[in-house]
Amino acid sequence: MVCFYNMQKSTIFFASAALTFLLFLVMATHASWSQRVDLEALQAKRLLVRGLQLTDIALFTDARYVRHLSQADLHTPFQEHPTALEHFPSGSLVSPPSMLTRSNGGP
Amino acid sequence: MNRWIEKQKNIVDFTLSSLLRRKGKNIALWLVYTLIVFVLASVMFFTHALKREAAIVLQDAPEIVVQRVVAGRHEMMPLNYLEKLSGIKGVTGAKPRLWGYYFYSSAKANYTVMAPEGFGHKEGNVMIGAGVARRHMINKGDTMWFNAADGTALKFTIAAMLPTESELLSSDLILVTATDFRRLFGIPDGYATDLALTVRNPRELSTIAAKITSLLPDTRPITREEILRTYDAVFSWRQGIMLAVLFGALLAFVILAWDKASGLSAEEKKEIGILKAIGWETSDVIVVKFWEGAVVSLSAFAAGVLLAYVHVFFSSAVLFEPVLKGWSVLYPKFRLTPFVSAYQVTTLFFLTVIPYTAATIIPSWRAATVDPDAQVR
Repeated sequence: MVCFYNMQKSTIFFASAALTFLLFLVMATHASWSQRVDLEALQAKRLLVRGLQLTDIALFTDARYVRHLSQADLHTPFQEHPTALEHFPSGSLVSPPSMLTRSNGGP
Repeated sequence: MNRWIEKQKNIVDFTLSSLLRRKGKNIALWLVYTLIVFVLASVMFFTHALKREAAIVLQDAPEIVVQRVVAGRHEMMPLNYLEKLSGIKGVTGAKPRLWGYYFYSSAKANYTVMAPEGFGHKEGNVMIGAGVARRHMINKGDTMWFNAADGTALKFTIAAMLPTESELLSSDLILVTATDFRRLFGIPDGYATDLALTVRNPRELSTIAAKITSLLPDTRPITREEILRTYDAVFSWRQGIMLAVLFGALLAFVILAWDKASGLSAEEKKEIGILKAIGWETSDVIVVKFWEGAVVSLSAFAAGVLLAYVHVFFSSAVLFEPVLKGWSVLYPKFRLTPFVSAYQVTTLFFLTVIPYTAATIIPSWRAATVDPDAQVR
């Protein structure tokens, strides 16, 4: 502790910078290692998608057009009545499918 | 070289002492800065990892899904459409999909009920996702009661659980036999929810989709490419929460940069004047101010990015959960694979560190070129 107090501020700063750089290296190594380790789990998920013929992820379960986002159609905004306002919070978090925002993306 | 290093060390010593003299202000500034970087990096890491994971796992989604739409509503698909679709050149297979939503009133949750082909259990048995099990506090061997479309109560035994590792895909799933599915929802034989097609050449998907629309005008084909594109743009920065977060962060940076660029405090100007008066060059003053900006911005950037990494990939983005959950009763517990690229970190660096450091140097350069006598007075 005494040694720490006697150190120049710049030495502490550069030591902290070196430690931070090391932490960034650890982060990059962890990311790269996890990507390799998780390959098997991702393959298992692909098998589940193929087996059950799934089309979407289950991140949102409050409204059907966000639960199965890719299956939403141009009528989705009018599902309640023609001037209904969006009332599910998750509906304002995600973008509509790109196919619907094209001019010819009809039902 | 050694002389240059010694000089930089002395300048850093001086800079740190200078920053510590205004400890309260600088710590507050550092905390806000770190928080902004943390939020931006968390959103960036989370959305990118989610998009990459969706892109990988949905590569095996059906090549074409054909829905039937009547009066703007999704309708049950008559199975005689299968023959017509199978006749399209390039289509190698067509299978009905049976799936729907069930609102479980006592749990106040919406479940996705599916009857997959080759469901390996007998009638009266179900497989459930981890989210359903958590919600009902049930496990393998327990029973669940459902209200069928005709008002009767159906009892199902949980034969197996879907793997918890795939919760992002299967959290709300309930798998049943086709017979149980039809009984539960009152769907007669000869109808399915939609159809899944396989094609010989994936490059012909759009041509086949066009043929489907022309052959069966009341249907709507959705290709796998469209599914993948949907998830590639799912959290676009131009929309929704991304825009709100980005706008908030940019506004915070504008305030920070404006505070710096609008001029130095009288104390800081006096400090520069004294340094000049005792013989410091303008370039030395700028180097000090550069280090001042760099110490604050680099340390805040590093802390923000590292904390964001831990937040997203170790705590499963726990702070985003209330936002993402919305009105959902079920929320999947999932751990994302850390798909972090140097490109993301570099983008964040140029968005946050460079503007702040530049905003620190410019007013100091202006102050350093003024007569020191005038500065001190």
